[in-house]
Amino acid sequence: MRESTHSGVNDFAVKLANVNGTGSASANGLLMQAIFRMGIPVSGKNLFPSNIQGLPTWYEIRVNGAGYTARALDYDLMVAMNAQTYARDIKEVRSGGHVLYDSSWPLDKSLYREDVEFLPVPFARMCNERFREPRERTLMKNIAYAGTLVAILDIDMPIVEELLTERFAGKVALRESNRQALRIGYDYAKEHFSCPLPFHLRRMDANHDKILIDGNTATALGCVYAGATVAAWYPITPATSVMDAFKEFCEKYRRDPQTGRNNYLIIQAEDELAAIGMVIGASWNGARAFTSTAGPGVSLMNELLGLAYYSEIPAVLIDVQRVGPSTGMPTRTQQGDILECAYASHGDTKHILLIPANPAECFDFAVKSFDLAERFQTPVMMLSDLDIGMNDWVVPRLQWDDAYRPDRGRVLSEEDLKDLPKFYRYANGDENHVAARTVPGVHPNGAYVTRGSGHNKFGEYTETPSEYQEVVDRLEAKHKAAANFVPAPIVASSGAQWGVITIGGCDAAVREAVDLLHERGIVLDYMRIRGFPFAEAVETFMRDHELCFVVEQNRDAQLHSLLVLETGIPKDRLRPVLVYGGFPLSARKVIEGILTHSEIDERTGRLMPVVRDLEETTCPR
Amino acid sequence: MPSIAKPVARHPSLERNSLGLTIRDYEGSMSTLCAGCGHDSITAAIVRTLWEISMPPHRLVKMSGIGCSSKTPAYFVYGAHGFNSAHGRMPTITTGAIAANRELTYIGVSGDGDSLSIGIGHMCHAIRRNVKMVYLIENNGVYGLTKGQFSASADVGSKSKRGEANRMLPIDPVMLGLSIGATFVARSFSGDKEQLVPILKAAFAHRGMALVDVISPCVTFNDHSGSTKSYLYTRKHEARATETDFVPPATEILASISTNGVTSVTMHDGSVVRFRSLPAGYDPTDRQKVMSYLQERQSSGEIVTGLLFADETVADLHEANNTCDAPLNDLPYEKLCPGAETLNWLQDEFR
Repeated sequence: MRESTHSGVNDFAVKLANVNGTGSASANGLLMQAIFRMGIPVSGKNLFPSNIQGLPTWYEIRVNGAGYTARALDYDLMVAMNAQTYARDIKEVRSGGHVLYDSSWPLDKSLYREDVEFLPVPFARMCNERFREPRERTLMKNIAYAGTLVAILDIDMPIVEELLTERFAGKVALRESNRQALRIGYDYAKEHFSCPLPFHLRRMDANHDKILIDGNTATALGCVYAGATVAAWYPITPATSVMDAFKEFCEKYRRDPQTGRNNYLIIQAEDELAAIGMVIGASWNGARAFTSTAGPGVSLMNELLGLAYYSEIPAVLIDVQRVGPSTGMPTRTQQGDILECAYASHGDTKHILLIPANPAECFDFAVKSFDLAERFQTPVMMLSDLDIGMNDWVVPRLQWDDAYRPDRGRVLSEEDLKDLPKFYRYANGDENHVAARTVPGVHPNGAYVTRGSGHNKFGEYTETPSEYQEVVDRLEAKHKAAANFVPAPIVASSGAQWGVITIGGCDAAVREAVDLLHERGIVLDYMRIRGFPFAEAVETFMRDHELCFVVEQNRDAQLHSLLVLETGIPKDRLRPVLVYGGFPLSARKVIEGILTHSEIDERTGRLMPVVRDLEETTCPR
Repeated sequence: MPSIAKPVARHPSLERNSLGLTIRDYEGSMSTLCAGCGHDSITAAIVRTLWEISMPPHRLVKMSGIGCSSKTPAYFVYGAHGFNSAHGRMPTITTGAIAANRELTYIGVSGDGDSLSIGIGHMCHAIRRNVKMVYLIENNGVYGLTKGQFSASADVGSKSKRGEANRMLPIDPVMLGLSIGATFVARSFSGDKEQLVPILKAAFAHRGMALVDVISPCVTFNDHSGSTKSYLYTRKHEARATETDFVPPATEILASISTNGVTSVTMHDGSVVRFRSLPAGYDPTDRQKVMSYLQERQSSGEIVTGLLFADETVADLHEANNTCDAPLNDLPYEKLCPGAETLNWLQDEFR
């Protein structure tokens, strides 16, 4: 299996251990971007604490010429810049790997390992000699280690210098300090180590039509392109940068050049209850509106999501999932909101979910969320997560078709209403069971009272069972109809007996795991679910496979449960593979999970279910 | 709230407003509140106000939360869109609606449970944002729909129907609003349409949020002796701070406005509100003095009514955010989408 092979050119992983709040993010971003510009597939995972300053933080860079950019399997190089975590960081390097550390102070003898090579560089001492201001000394230490990496990994120096020029355009002094710091680290490495290391970089041309972007930025861009004009939100990690980016794009592209006035309104609400209320009010009133939040926010929004569902008001909610329950681990990733979002609110409620796997899909699905919310007059939740939302991913350049026009759904115009004898809000559903709505102020004939209390198809208050049921039964049919409109699953099938099903940001790791297992002779078909309600193809895939592993990042097998609840598939044909500690998924974890549910038949070399699991259940098919 | 339509017959001699509509065109369905409920009198005052200011019915938006008060939007202006939303959340949904379309006229009808308990945070923040709406609190000190629990506006010593006395200090929306920057604050009494109608007219003309607290006795659960929100108690303790004249914008304003004891405030739409101060020296444009006066009078047991404070200089939500004049829900998509070419070059930033 490839994980045991030696890493080499364009195939290795670096882990950088830093102290948060010291400016390391800037240096790490610089490295990522430089590698990206060298045309090499790369990914960066920021494993950061929920803290402003002083706690350990890590950044992982994985380089893989073959394009496997899920979280690294192991680390070839540790950049140990945080003495607090030396012990565990040094332990994590693979045998035969390297540890780069700040030798301004001696390294505790007990930390040495025979099987790794230590690269001591006196970063602090050199920076203290060169720079005067305490803050500058701290900041420049990061750029200095970046300089060392440029030397030992053979990162293209002109590219790095070009990046510094771009970053510090107009700030000559700052650019000069950065250049000097970079040189300090670079020259020291050239002088003291044999450069480059056995694993290093070589220019490729894999990125010419790609960008390096995080999911939250791409999501915000999608909201701009979808034509969203009202946004309401409450600050929360890891969703805050969605609104930061939306604001930034709006300031650039939504300010009227003549008048200087804003063609958008962003409201920082008092809480998430208010944020979703504002979205519902704005959508009810005919604007495209959205909120961005995380699990704790969705918990609060449950109440009004039920109102929007029942009174049939569009609403777009971007949920950048983090680790729950409760406050949980705000800076760690999980897919823990699947069930909460699918059935948010009391009573019989079901929602439309769109589940992107990377920033490119965040862009597309954000646009799609608005179309579906308005087409189906109901909340649509896009389930991103911290890994997708806050980490930089290499994805194909985002595409836009200028022929796109928003699907505003069934909204009666002044013209439609003029000659309408009487408007009934919830009567006359179309083939998707969606009734026409009206927007306030358009025409007197369109007026009615929207209510979250029991209503009949005429929109009137009711407590009559048959009238109530008629409406909620149509809502159920409407939800079912949406299955044909959500993005279809991605399926890679070669007629294998077993399949693996996953969702969202697990995609890259699961595909890598499938390929690694294939190298071992274990063949699995693949399906990634991208929407709820489930398209028919989802059930077909499960029917076509004797057994499916369901890989997801939560403890309770939420996707697995949803599949069992919402399809006719018996539970025992689905095996949960659950990784929920909070870090982005790696192929190693997926393989471990699949193998615990199965064993290799020695005669045939095929993967077989572990018998003890099947004894307990009977399979009807 | 079962909606019972009213008969549509109109008396031919009914007076018509400038839109050619009679007052009956501003009614809604039949009220299902208890006979004698203060809320119905407020509804009547709203109907009268809207008819008199010739509000085009479909340009009005009626918002509410949950509670007896929140039922009332169904009982006026059947030709307007309404939204009977969720308990306490009316300010949030209204803020969103106003964000989407600044051209319509919004009235939120709330109660003391809706606005002073479950939704107090939302009310406060809507006040801070100066969302342009009439925010009307039908204040009866009691939860009616759940049969008579004290609300947060119940006065100390006020007795419930069962005889229990409330011990906690009340939350007074007027003082609360003034303390967090409300730009228009009024208090009235449901039994006093003469006072309420001009206040509401001024409220609709206000630049931002007009907070109107109306004592509205609950005949079923809070109109007994021992209650401080009863008809009898309110009439006995009411003390007017101002009397309000509303002069619509079209009217030519004659001279001699600054006569003794009269303050004029020109509203955002050009109309003029004239306050006749009843206590000498009451200045409805001085927030600090108004607050001290109210505190002093209220601690002596008076219920001070009138248009108590107005400030037309503060930007509303849209002005403060530099939003375009056109309603956001009506901007052509071409104006909103930067297009493929822009998307292409803006991505150079991500390389």
